Amino acid sequence: MKTYNNKAWWLIFPVILSVAFSAIMPLMTVVNYSVQDILGPDQAVFVGMEWFRAVMRDSDLHGALFRQLIFSIAVLVIQIPLGIGVALTMPAQGWRASLSLVLVALPLLIPWNVVGTIWQIFARGDIGLLGNTINNVGISYNYTGDSFDAWITVLVMDIWHWTPLVVLLCYAGLRAIPDAYYQAARIDGASRFAVFRFIQLPKLRNVLMIAVLLRFMDSFMIYTEPFVLTGGGPGNATTFLSQYLTQKAVGQFDLGPAAAFSLIYFLIILLFSFILYNWMQRVGTGDQA
Amino acid sequence: MMRKNISRLILVCFLTGSLLPIYWMLNMSLKTNEEIIGVMTMWPTHLTFNNYLTIFTDESWYSGYINSIIYVALNMVMSVTLALPAAYAFSRYSFLGDKHVFFWLLTNRMTPPAVFLLPFFQLYSTVGMMDTHLAVALAHLLFNVPLAVWILEGFMSGIPKEIDETAYIDGYSFPKFFVKIFLPLIKSGIGVTAFFCFMFSWVELLLARTLTSVNAKPIAATMTRTVSAAGMDWGVLAAAGTLTIVPGALVIWFVRHYIAKGFAMGRV
Amino acid sequence: MARIELVNLAHSYKAHPTSPSDYALLPMTMTWDDGGAYALLGPSGCGKTTLLNIISGLVIPSEGQVLFDGKDVTRLPTEARNIAQVFQFPVIYDTMTVRENLAFPLKNRGWKTADITKRVDQIAEILELTSDLKHRASGLTADAKQKISLGRGLVRPDVAAVLFDEPLTVIDPHLKWLLRRKLKEIHHELKLSLIYVTHDQVEALTFADQVVVMTQGEVVQVGSAQVLFEEPEHTFVGYFIGNPGMNLLPCSVSQNKVRINGLETSLSVPENFLHAVNNGSANNVIKLGIRPEFVECHATSIANSLPAQLSMVRNMGTHWLASCQLGEHKVAAKLRHEPGKVGSPIWLSFSSERTLFYVNDKRVR
Repeated sequence: MKTYNNKAWWLIFPVILSVAFSAIMPLMTVVNYSVQDILGPDQAVFVGMEWFRAVMRDSDLHGALFRQLIFSIAVLVIQIPLGIGVALTMPAQGWRASLSLVLVALPLLIPWNVVGTIWQIFARGDIGLLGNTINNVGISYNYTGDSFDAWITVLVMDIWHWTPLVVLLCYAGLRAIPDAYYQAARIDGASRFAVFRFIQLPKLRNVLMIAVLLRFMDSFMIYTEPFVLTGGGPGNATTFLSQYLTQKAVGQFDLGPAAAFSLIYFLIILLFSFILYNWMQRVGTGDQA
Repeated sequence: MMRKNISRLILVCFLTGSLLPIYWMLNMSLKTNEEIIGVMTMWPTHLTFNNYLTIFTDESWYSGYINSIIYVALNMVMSVTLALPAAYAFSRYSFLGDKHVFFWLLTNRMTPPAVFLLPFFQLYSTVGMMDTHLAVALAHLLFNVPLAVWILEGFMSGIPKEIDETAYIDGYSFPKFFVKIFLPLIKSGIGVTAFFCFMFSWVELLLARTLTSVNAKPIAATMTRTVSAAGMDWGVLAAAGTLTIVPGALVIWFVRHYIAKGFAMGRV
Repeated sequence: MARIELVNLAHSYKAHPTSPSDYALLPMTMTWDDGGAYALLGPSGCGKTTLLNIISGLVIPSEGQVLFDGKDVTRLPTEARNIAQVFQFPVIYDTMTVRENLAFPLKNRGWKTADITKRVDQIAEILELTSDLKHRASGLTADAKQKISLGRGLVRPDVAAVLFDEPLTVIDPHLKWLLRRKLKEIHHELKLSLIYVTHDQVEALTFADQVVVMTQGEVVQVGSAQVLFEEPEHTFVGYFIGNPGMNLLPCSVSQNKVRINGLETSLSVPENFLHAVNNGSANNVIKLGIRPEFVECHATSIANSLPAQLSMVRNMGTHWLASCQLGEHKVAAKLRHEPGKVGSPIWLSFSSERTLFYVNDKRVR
């Protein structure tokens, strides 16, 4: 259905320029560092793929990667359906719609370190509303001491923080569906579920693809919130990939391996995103080519 | 009717849950640090505005707010403006390398910004753009433009190409068609894109702080300077958090009609 | 197959409408026969879509009733009304095949699979969609999708009327004609009532037996193409129908003769018209209307002809189009032969049988 026209390159040229300008230089720098051992300001030795090999062998990395994968999968499995569901309940117009929009969006606007800080107190058993309530109900809950509790807290914090992104995308997507489809569905005698399955969900395909990829990527790179909340603990229970990278680079002040790891990190995300993207394209459609 | 009430109930539950931590933040912002750490109270026993005062009397606060608003607004406008033609191209045309470029755009969001700190610092120092609003706005294009292109493309692809063709037959020139017919049809996409560009730029602290020092210093500085002599300054952080919600809430309030208005695909 | 009656039907978006401008649809009473094909014709905003939505049940009128075969359906929801609607752009279920699309309404009504298949095959054949049944609906062209849209309506045997809301808008021009012909075929074969909303007079006049002409919320005339052309009861009808539309010239009456620009014509003055002019208020707008097809152009002056000047002459292939400047008025004429060169004088005469008179836009005989 699309017309083939190479002149379209003119339309995307500004975008490529503005993004490449920012992306290519750093990329070259990182690649540069990753194959060198930087012993001092002007002393660098070319070491080839050594850092890459070392990083791959690091068992701490394996642990962090594993935890990260579980986290990201949990994020997707919970936030996407929840986001769709909430978007479906939001009114389509009127003051109620405006109010819901503003209220839903609030968690997104808080700087990420403040998010972590609030939850630090909020989830405390003694002085925090959430922690206190849970303990009062009889469940023993301690996010600083217990690994499982820490995990759940980080997860719930992320759900609170980022589900609104999915909600807003789906809400906008739903509003873009012309009334005529709902009218036709009524005339056809379709049930509410059929309307969801055959009209709303298909029409949300594009928006959901963006939501899934965004949430996957952002959750895979998550750093500030869990770091502020748990510091990666207890132990390394909530140390995900980003924090592991920062530890390596800052803690050990080793630019070479850090750069190598950055590249590997990037490639992992790239690989998974690519797989997700292609999978969703296939599952989606035959029409929008 | 029953279904409508269940809907409402679910929404209210979700919003309540969502607002609890925000309420808690507001709560914290009106307490002293001692009270925050000491006891759990639903509302401050000793209501204090000191946290807010600390922020407001700090002379860099006000300018910080303004600086942030400037570069975020710049970025918002640039991102959406650059993205619109590109999204249209991806949506309506196929061309050499189109799928690859589209995916490549997104890859720019696949690295933690920390990776870009040093290179950006060097880049903007070299061109003498350190400590300018433009520098931060440009730097943020890196992750906002791909996002904008992806979201807008998604919404544009939902409009059947026949609309374009009918408009040409009716005698519309391309710019007129784009502005008068096409853009109104993807209103909700534009609204949501604008908001996300705002949001991601607004909360980005690392790059913003690295690329600025005095003239364009954003609120990021206040956000991250949070340890006072007596330890963690919970109250001030909470107050700062509360204050930073305000511009974003305003932005979404302003674009609410774009996002919520129905798609009236009426007379072309 | 329903007889549709509108009784004192009107619609206003305001709670207490006071003047005609508050109404989206001014009060009307009309009957549409079983099995007829009707077009609602008018410019954007004239209320035709509102009327269509009232008939289909998407809008509940603020006043009056809608009856299907004598039964009051005014407040019945769409799904209970046995109607089908085709929209301005194709509305299909993207994820389903063509067959599944057509089968959907029947599945929802609990039909047995064998019956569904039979019926779907039947309708697909009428619409020439049989070869596409297996394909995904989303991959087809716009006109095929509109046929599917239509098919979903036709597939229900109890469907009484099919309503079309400018359905050819997004169709390629050369395919529009084919689709229109298909609609006429279906009308003859299935004997359904068809109501078609459009702003294109060609579509309306070729499609419908009776055309309902509307402007600004009011139905100004209902009639066949011929009646609307030859006997427009309202200046709007005269102006809207025909290409170019009817010439409307202000005129006056003195000593029982019709004058234009003060010049006497030989037109006979209808009695009621004379009466209305003489006894009506001085603010009445008085016009005469004559279609370009009936304007006679003479190279020399003849009795009671009006002198004018040719301001534009164009050869349209099958006829000549001329624009004549009659004082400060423009008169369009459609002629078989070239009337003369631009700038040359011309004399116009109008035959009495073809000249119509209007007071305040309404025809007076």
